[in-house]
Amino acid sequence: MVIAIVLFVLIVGSVLFHFLSPWYLTPLASNWSNIDDTIGLTFWVTGFVFVVVNLFLAWCVIRYRKCDGHKADYEPENKKLESWLTGLTALGVIAMLAPGLLVWGEFVTVPEDASEVEAVGQQWHWSFRVPGVDNKLGTTDVRFINADNPFGMNPDDPDGQDDVLIAGNELHLPIGKPVKLLLRSKDVLHNFTVAQFRVKMDLVPGMVSYLWFTPTEVGEFDILCEEYCGVAHFAMRGRVIVEEEADYQAWLNSYSTYAEMSSQPAGNAAAGETAYAVCSVCHGTQGEGNVALNSPKLNGQEAWYMKRQLEYFKSGARGSHEDDVYGKQMAPMATTLVTDTAINDVIAYIETLPDIPAPATVTGDVLHGQEVFANCVACHGADGQGLQALNAPRVAGMTDWYLVRQLQNFKQGIRGAHRKDMYGHQMTMMAATLPDEQTINDLVAYINTLPQ
Amino acid sequence: MSTATTMHDETGHVPPAEVEEVELYHAKTWLGKYVFSQDAKVIAIQYGCTAIAIGMVGLVLSLMMRLQLGFPNEFSFINPSNYIQAVTMHGMIMVVYLLTALFLGGFGNYFIPIMIGARDMVFPYVNMLSFWIYLLSVLILVASFFVPGGPSGAGWTLYPPQVMLEGTPGHEWGAILMLVSLAFFIIGFTMGGLNYVVTVLQARTRGMTLMRLPLTVWGIFMATILALLAFPALLVSAIMMLFDMLLGASFFMPAIVSMGEQLDHSGGSPILFQHLFWFFGHPEVYIVALPAFGMVSDILSVHARKAIFGYRMMVWAIVAIGGLSFIVWAHHMYVSGMNPYFGFFFATTTLIIAVPTALKVYNWVLTLWRGNIHLTIPMLFAIGFIFTFVNGGLTGLFLGNVTVDLPLSDTLFVVAHFHMVMAVSPVLVLYGAIYHWYPKISGRMFHQGMAQFHFWITFVGSYAIYYPMHYLGLMGVPRRYFSMGSTDFILPSAQGLNEFITIAAIIVGVTQLLFIYNLVWSLFKGEKASDNPWNATTLEWQTATTPPGHGNFGKELPLVYRWPYDYSVPGEDIDFLPQNQPPRGAG
Repeated sequence: MVIAIVLFVLIVGSVLFHFLSPWYLTPLASNWSNIDDTIGLTFWVTGFVFVVVNLFLAWCVIRYRKCDGHKADYEPENKKLESWLTGLTALGVIAMLAPGLLVWGEFVTVPEDASEVEAVGQQWHWSFRVPGVDNKLGTTDVRFINADNPFGMNPDDPDGQDDVLIAGNELHLPIGKPVKLLLRSKDVLHNFTVAQFRVKMDLVPGMVSYLWFTPTEVGEFDILCEEYCGVAHFAMRGRVIVEEEADYQAWLNSYSTYAEMSSQPAGNAAAGETAYAVCSVCHGTQGEGNVALNSPKLNGQEAWYMKRQLEYFKSGARGSHEDDVYGKQMAPMATTLVTDTAINDVIAYIETLPDIPAPATVTGDVLHGQEVFANCVACHGADGQGLQALNAPRVAGMTDWYLVRQLQNFKQGIRGAHRKDMYGHQMTMMAATLPDEQTINDLVAYINTLPQ
Repeated sequence: MSTATTMHDETGHVPPAEVEEVELYHAKTWLGKYVFSQDAKVIAIQYGCTAIAIGMVGLVLSLMMRLQLGFPNEFSFINPSNYIQAVTMHGMIMVVYLLTALFLGGFGNYFIPIMIGARDMVFPYVNMLSFWIYLLSVLILVASFFVPGGPSGAGWTLYPPQVMLEGTPGHEWGAILMLVSLAFFIIGFTMGGLNYVVTVLQARTRGMTLMRLPLTVWGIFMATILALLAFPALLVSAIMMLFDMLLGASFFMPAIVSMGEQLDHSGGSPILFQHLFWFFGHPEVYIVALPAFGMVSDILSVHARKAIFGYRMMVWAIVAIGGLSFIVWAHHMYVSGMNPYFGFFFATTTLIIAVPTALKVYNWVLTLWRGNIHLTIPMLFAIGFIFTFVNGGLTGLFLGNVTVDLPLSDTLFVVAHFHMVMAVSPVLVLYGAIYHWYPKISGRMFHQGMAQFHFWITFVGSYAIYYPMHYLGLMGVPRRYFSMGSTDFILPSAQGLNEFITIAAIIVGVTQLLFIYNLVWSLFKGEKASDNPWNATTLEWQTATTPPGHGNFGKELPLVYRWPYDYSVPGEDIDFLPQNQPPRGAG
């Protein structure tokens, strides 16, 4: 008897939960309203069956529960009833399947006017490639991938020369235009998902998969990786920004083509030396850092990382949080490097400085730190040497008190919370796993023991 | 009543004996009786205890996951690496080492021989080996917790390339041990599985025609056939993957760059592995489900004192589901990057499977209809099963329909669906079945109060865990995420729901200890059980002793005169007629 009441409560509760709870599909932002319609239809059909079958079950339990003198019917089968039920079930199934297949037919048929954009996945970042004026993406191959050619562009393919390369986690798209997204992975399986667009597809190394949609709402949308891709899977984030055509063109024009990037001149160390005079006041003439002025060591840090941070400081992606006391000091200094060339030059100079290991100042439980460091290895390398391919800077042999402060900043959202700091955002999620200050000290104490 | 008469007229026919009975080998030492035993019932208990023990490990791992999801970054002993290792090991342990082993190795061993009126499995020695190889595979799996790098953190699907690359925890030792353990499991299972099939086909007692088999036997029999056909796909993919890992082959490995380095592989296909894996993986769902279908049918029939509704339909539905389960596998791969045109075929086959499955549900409910329902503990679990299975089955119609799967694939909706249909539902049957047959296996009754408490918490609690989880998935919360971090589209209130789910999971998890305590307590303190406490018709209840000794039956094997569902037969004084009861007027 109690079971019948509980069943009844669960049935009513489930239906109420469905209609009253705030958790449901996110508002649609693409053309795929008929996917939502198919889901709605499926809810109605299955919801009906759920309520009817379970109510009948609850009723049977009440009506036919054991009582004295009662005997069950003897009816081993009832062909007619079973045929009816088979037929009705088949009808219900067809009612859901037929629209489903029709919509799938649309999904596999990409509109002819869809523009092609490539999304490239790797552990644990996105990057994008847009064809140039020829409307044709150049060929790529894994064998061409290296630090200077992260997209694996075929240098001899004329189609690829005008491809616009976007080495960042943010993709812009014009509103109202169908897009065929070509999906390519450099390493493991990934999955391109924007919840508001409804469609998703895996990226598979060794082949190119695709999906298509038409963005219908201006706005910013999170890209999530939804195929497990290793320990930082949950931190592989990107963003699609849907905007008007003119804004989109402006954004696209701010990126360089493959040809432009390959012909970019290397930084000039001699020119950089002059600019570095400003830096040396705090960071020291040898880039050795200065604890009294809260300035970290620069020599030995990787060039690509320093370049990105200078750009972040300039654009406000870093050093603009009100609690980032020291970052706010650095931000105006970075703006003194007006052009890209100036940045390249000063970094070229820093690269000529001798790499002197910073003195160890942080102490802690090295063994515990080693355990924690296991979660850092995947990106920063077993020796904390940094890996450009994973956008992870060197941590070993760098200023230890600075590492502690940055980990705290990441943890508290002082650094990495800015929407344009997508790489920093990833680090906020990893730093959040460090429960307390002692763990951070232990970790950095272990990093101090790494060979440099 | 015409159909009723038809079924009833089939009683009575018992063919003459064709072969002499074979003498059993009776062990003489304690070790031979209880450890290296060739008695299927002892082997069943060995399988059962091992499976439940490793299942408890899987349970603890799931609670660890839930702690992190409910209270992100609150517990310093959980980090991204061991979280995903817990996900991986939980999945593999529960699906293969607990459910498959317990249903087939445990229930299959105990009930196939005794229900079909045989003294034992036809190959007792191979049967014994089957258990010891299974135990070995469990030990290898457990060993992976203690090797450098820990167990594999590749997700239970072990997808290449990441399973063997840096960036995945346990990509060296853990992954190798997992694959080796699976290979041993499959070898051990094959020994047992061949035994079950041959025993059902060859060792039935006189009068036990195939259409007089209890549905429990039909379910286990069909599941075993599925397993014998499906596991080889997993075995070869495990071996091929070991080749890729250890010998530098490239079955599943294309040319890739890992951690900025070019690897020495080229030309392999990661999707090939997925096809092989799911060619095993989908039938695996039914390897777990079909025995549950069979057992719940018998529990419903016994405790409703009514013949199972549509027995023949039930048998053919089991066969049809088994057959269809081999042509639906790629519905796990709609968004895998395989040729999207496959979607049309696999969506169609998948939704066709809904028809025989729905019929089974109708027939379970119609068995209760006009029954005489005894709300015993096993019956409560069976009713709970119907409810959760209806829910889990219906959400399968979302994911099987390729279009609807697009937004839902790889989200918590999938996690909620397969737990409802493949974890909660079969486990409710397992509990129902254990309570139902406990008096026969142990000779004692279990403690009613503890069992009641166990039922209510497990049933309502599990529903509270998984029903709301679907809606997190609808909103777009992905599975296998260590933490959600910040997104624009997931409502902050989702975290509150996650906390609720975690608390429910902890309550349900802890309550399972009470179940184990009840089993042990009742073994010593439980009331003595009679030979047939539920007044059931099938042969296991007609043994001379309880628990039955080696050889199951007394001097003579029972003769079977009727089907297993003669409950409340009109004109009879008692409401059940055992299968071995001769028709009136006969000898």
